[in-house]
Order: sequence, then C-alpha cells, then structure tokens
Amino acid sequence: MISRENIRRVTLLSPSLTMLFVMIGLPLAILAWISLLQRGVTSGVDWSAPLGLDNYIRLLWEEDFDGTIFFHTRYLEVVLRSVLLAAGTTFFCIIVGVPAALWMASLPKRGRDVIVLLITIPFWTSLLVRNYAWLIILRDDGSVNWVVNALIPGDDVGLLYTNTAVFIGLVYSFLPFMILPIYAVFEKFDWSLLEAAYDLGAGRARAFRKVMLPIAMPGITAGAMLVFIPCLGAFITPALLGGGKTLMIGNLIQLQFGPSRNWPFGASISIVLLALMMLFLMGLALWKNRRSQ
Amino acid sequence: MPSAVDIRNVSKSFGRGAYAVEVLKSVSVEIAHKEFFTLLGPSGCGKTTLLRLIAGFEAAQKGQILIDGVEMSSLPPFQRPVNTVFQSYSLFPHLTVAQNVAFGLEGTGASRSEVKRRVGEALEMVRMGDFECRKPSELSGGQQQRVALARALAPRPKVLLLDEPLSALDLKLRKQMQIELKQLQEEAGITFVFVTHDQEEALTLSDRVAVMHQGRILQLDDPRTIYEHPSHRFVADFIGDINFLEGRVDTRGVIALKCGAVLADSRAGATHGDISVAIRPERAKRVPTGQGNVDGTLIQSVYLGTGLLHQLRLPCGSVFLLREAAAEAAPLPAHGGTVGIELPAAAISVFAS
Repeated sequence: MISRENIRRVTLLSPSLTMLFVMIGLPLAILAWISLLQRGVTSGVDWSAPLGLDNYIRLLWEEDFDGTIFFHTRYLEVVLRSVLLAAGTTFFCIIVGVPAALWMASLPKRGRDVIVLLITIPFWTSLLVRNYAWLIILRDDGSVNWVVNALIPGDDVGLLYTNTAVFIGLVYSFLPFMILPIYAVFEKFDWSLLEAAYDLGAGRARAFRKVMLPIAMPGITAGAMLVFIPCLGAFITPALLGGGKTLMIGNLIQLQFGPSRNWPFGASISIVLLALMMLFLMGLALWKNRRSQ
Repeated sequence: MPSAVDIRNVSKSFGRGAYAVEVLKSVSVEIAHKEFFTLLGPSGCGKTTLLRLIAGFEAAQKGQILIDGVEMSSLPPFQRPVNTVFQSYSLFPHLTVAQNVAFGLEGTGASRSEVKRRVGEALEMVRMGDFECRKPSELSGGQQQRVALARALAPRPKVLLLDEPLSALDLKLRKQMQIELKQLQEEAGITFVFVTHDQEEALTLSDRVAVMHQGRILQLDDPRTIYEHPSHRFVADFIGDINFLEGRVDTRGVIALKCGAVLADSRAGATHGDISVAIRPERAKRVPTGQGNVDGTLIQSVYLGTGLLHQLRLPCGSVFLLREAAAEAAPLPAHGGTVGIELPAAAISVFAS
C-alpha cells in the first residue's frame, strides 16, 4: 500500500540507499562477476569469457603441463599467515589494550583527555608515513638494531622483512582501535562494583576476572572486530615491513590487479577474504549469543 | 568476650598538608554482638567514612579497628569478616540474582550444592526466591535492595555494614523495608552497623544510636535517651522537632527566659550564665491563659491526623511549636487569641549557649 508515510520514508531513505547500492552493492557484484571470468590477453579481464570457478580452484589446485592436477599450498600459506598475523595482532592488542584502558579510566578527567588525544594523534599522519618510520627504526642500521647490538654485541638482528616486523607494524597501527572501545567501557565503569567484589571476599585477580572483564567484554569484542578485520586485509604494513617476502592476502590481491594483470584471480581472492571476514563476524556473534544465555 | 566491633581512637583525614580535611577526630566506640547499631548524622559528619574504615575501603591514619577482637588495620577488604550493603546496591549487572548472591560464597571452599542451598536460603529470607534467574536491571529498586541484602548476608558475616540502604526507596517502601530489616537482623542474629541521615529511621530501628557531627560522636545512647535527653544542642536540634528558648540561669538554678518565663531546674545550676532551654512540642502543655509558664499568641493550627500542631508567637517574638492529641484538645481560641504554655520541669533540657 502506498501511503503518504511510505512515500515519505522512501524519499528520505533514497539518497543513502542509492549511495549504498552504487558505491558498495554494485562494485561488489562486479567483483564477484569478474572472479568468475578469465584474464584477458591484453587487458586485466576477458569480458566475453564463459563463467566458471577456475579462479577459485586455482587457489588450491594447479594443473601441471602434462595435464595432472595437484594440490598446492602456495596461496593457502598466505591466507594462513594473514589469519595468524591478524589473530596474533588482535590477541596482543587485547593484552596491551585492557591494562592501558583500565589505567586511563583510573586517571582524573584532565589526564584522560590528554591520553586520549595522544592516542589519536598518530591518525593525523598517513599510515604510509608511519610505516616508513618503522622501516627506518627496524632496518639493520636502525635504532632497534643499534640498541640490541650495544647490549649484546653480535650480528645484526635482521628484523626487517620478517613476520615479526609485520607483526610489530600491525600492532602499532591497530592498537588505538583496541584501546579506545575498551576505554569507553571502563570510563563508565561503576567502581563501587569493584568494592562490592572485594567486600564479598574476592581478591584482586578474582574481582578482575569475574567483574571487570565480563563488563569490559563488549568493548573487547568491538575492539577485536576493529583490529582483526582491517588486519586481515592489511596491505601497506606487510608491503613495507615484510618486503616482498612476507605476503599477506592484501598484497596478493594487489599483485594480481597490478603487476600480474590477472583481475579475475585477484577478484576471487578478494571474495575469499570477504568470506573469511564474514565467518569471523558470524563466529563472534554466535559466541556472544551463547555467552548472554 | 570481645565486642563485635571495637573502634579505638580512629582518626582519618583526606587530602594532604594545608588542604587536609579531618573527617574523623579520634572516634572510639564499642559495638556489641547482635546489636543494631546506627551511625546518625548530617552529610559530611564522617559516618560513611567510619563505615568504609570498618569495611576496609579506607585506611585510618591513627587508631585501631578490631572485629571480634582481631585487629583489622592490615587486612584488605576481602579478608575481613564483614559484608556491606551499598547505598546504590552495586549489584553485578552481568550476573543473575542467584549468581550475585553466590558471589560471596564461591571461593570460600563451599561445594556447589552447598552454595546453591545457601543462595536459596538467603533469597528466601528476603522473599526473592522466585527471582533467581533475573538480571538486576529487570528488578525494581525495592527488589534490588533485597537482593543486595541477601548477597551481603549469604556469606554469614560477623558484622553487616549498611550504608544508607533505604535512601533510594520511596517513603512507603522504606517504612516496609525498615520493619523487614529489623526482623531480618533478629532472625540472622548478626551485628548490624547502619548508617543513615534519617533520624526517624535511626530511632525506629536501632538498639543504640551514635549521633555524629563534624567527625565526632556527640552522643551514644539508646533511641529513647537520645530523643528525650539529648546531651548537646546539636543532637536536640537534629533529632525531631524541638523548641529552643534563650535565657540565663543563676547559681541557685533559677532560669529566667527572655520571653518572660521563670523556671526552676536543679540540674541547670552547674552551668550558670547564658543557656538555652529545649523542649519537644509534644512535651509542652497547653493550659488556660495565664496559668502556664508563659503565654503565646496562636498563629496557626495544623491538623496532623495523630494530633494538632500549634504555632504560637511568644512575647519575645520567637515561634513556639506545641503538639497535642486531637481527641483531648480543649476548644481553641480564634487565630490571634492567647493560650497558656506550661513547660514541665521533667520535660526540658538545658544547654549552655
């Protein structure tokens, strides 16, 4: 039924709905379509190729020159590395973020504002520039190597272009996204609950585990989402700090769309990445649901 | 047998140096076993600080606190045999009612079935047995109050500390909870230390009341003595309605009030000079004009249900409150008429001013 109310609703919603469709829905559909095509001879895509799942199969199986199909882990390793690095970064950010947020929340009002400002200041600079800074710090004539050599004389540490370097870069880039949502929860924390826990015989560890942590959980899950998802698709950090050696999914996709000029394969990896993120979010939602019951 | 709580010369200041504020000034008090003990005073008198010192949330600069004969100063709150009912209840929002009550029992080494049984008992005691699975946010204020009580009582503390627990409830619920609280204390046989600024609540519930003012205990007595024989002008003024009449007393104990009345009081002889005489509105008597100690002009008369409250203007200009039972009241003069006021010697208190 077309009532005035409905017309009004549709009219008011249409700009944002149109934008969502044009800027997200349509490109995503094109991406999914491309992932089913073949690479062109002169351009990235052969738009007239028949649709098929070849690009997805290529992720795990390869056809030898004599026609035998064998399983390979070349891309699986990249996916696994990305998941592990993203999960590791998320975990480490939680370990650092919870105490940091707790400490911030315990400061007087002025102190809190200063720290929140300090945490947001890095966002004023491009992520690219900040990762270049780490490049300088971590390379063999950088400060980390210099300090380590001064303490324990020996060979160069050789941090740069390793998984560790990428890990350090990722933690550095995404830590604020973990601290801020947890801080937002602790800022509103009713400290008398902690007194109540003490009063009921809970020591510091039990009070933290049974009272503070469960109440901070919404902040931690929000932070985990904000860290894990962009981490999984991270591109700049592994490109700079991992060199060409430590590839993550983001780099693989960039390689396909760039140097390799194989858009359909790049598109299929993008769809796989999207699916991984969906899986993570669904898992998180499921876990939250189970906990609240 | 040692007292349930023994507070010895406890002093506490907040802040440092020139900004330090002394909130407790060498307070000493002994609280007996199974006593309903109330700390009463206006806000800022130090009553809540004293309670927090007993609970262990604050540390005293001087003095000792003993519970059941054991020195508590070096023990953190989670090792003290006391539990607190907080003013804002402080129920754990992420736990159910049953989990809240079980919180103090877990970690005591009690078995799962034992915990379950005692949670049931505690909730039954406050008549909240049907709400085990609810979250605190799904309960009304009064229900939250009961859960907070059950949670604090479940670990069977030696002393239960209550920090203005009824102040957030509306009047009717508060009255009902007062009665339940008193019954609960008698049933559980636990020492209650109750903090309130509500003098009526203090008088209704307590075995003994300590009236606090500016970090000191001014008077420590049973409710009746506190009400009828206040030891300080502040106590008399803080608790209930009271009339103060300024005057002078000579060495023979004869009091000449500014409003013209002359009274004899043998006890007043010790403090000669300027004094004030205090009398409760219901202890003064209305008598025919000229037959009392002083006459007053009737300003207003209010019917209270349980009685009549008259506002009378004394010759010196001050207002005098007089309450009498409505049923026995003699016919009143018209507004502006005069009545006699009798001030029985047994009913007055005399304070140096």
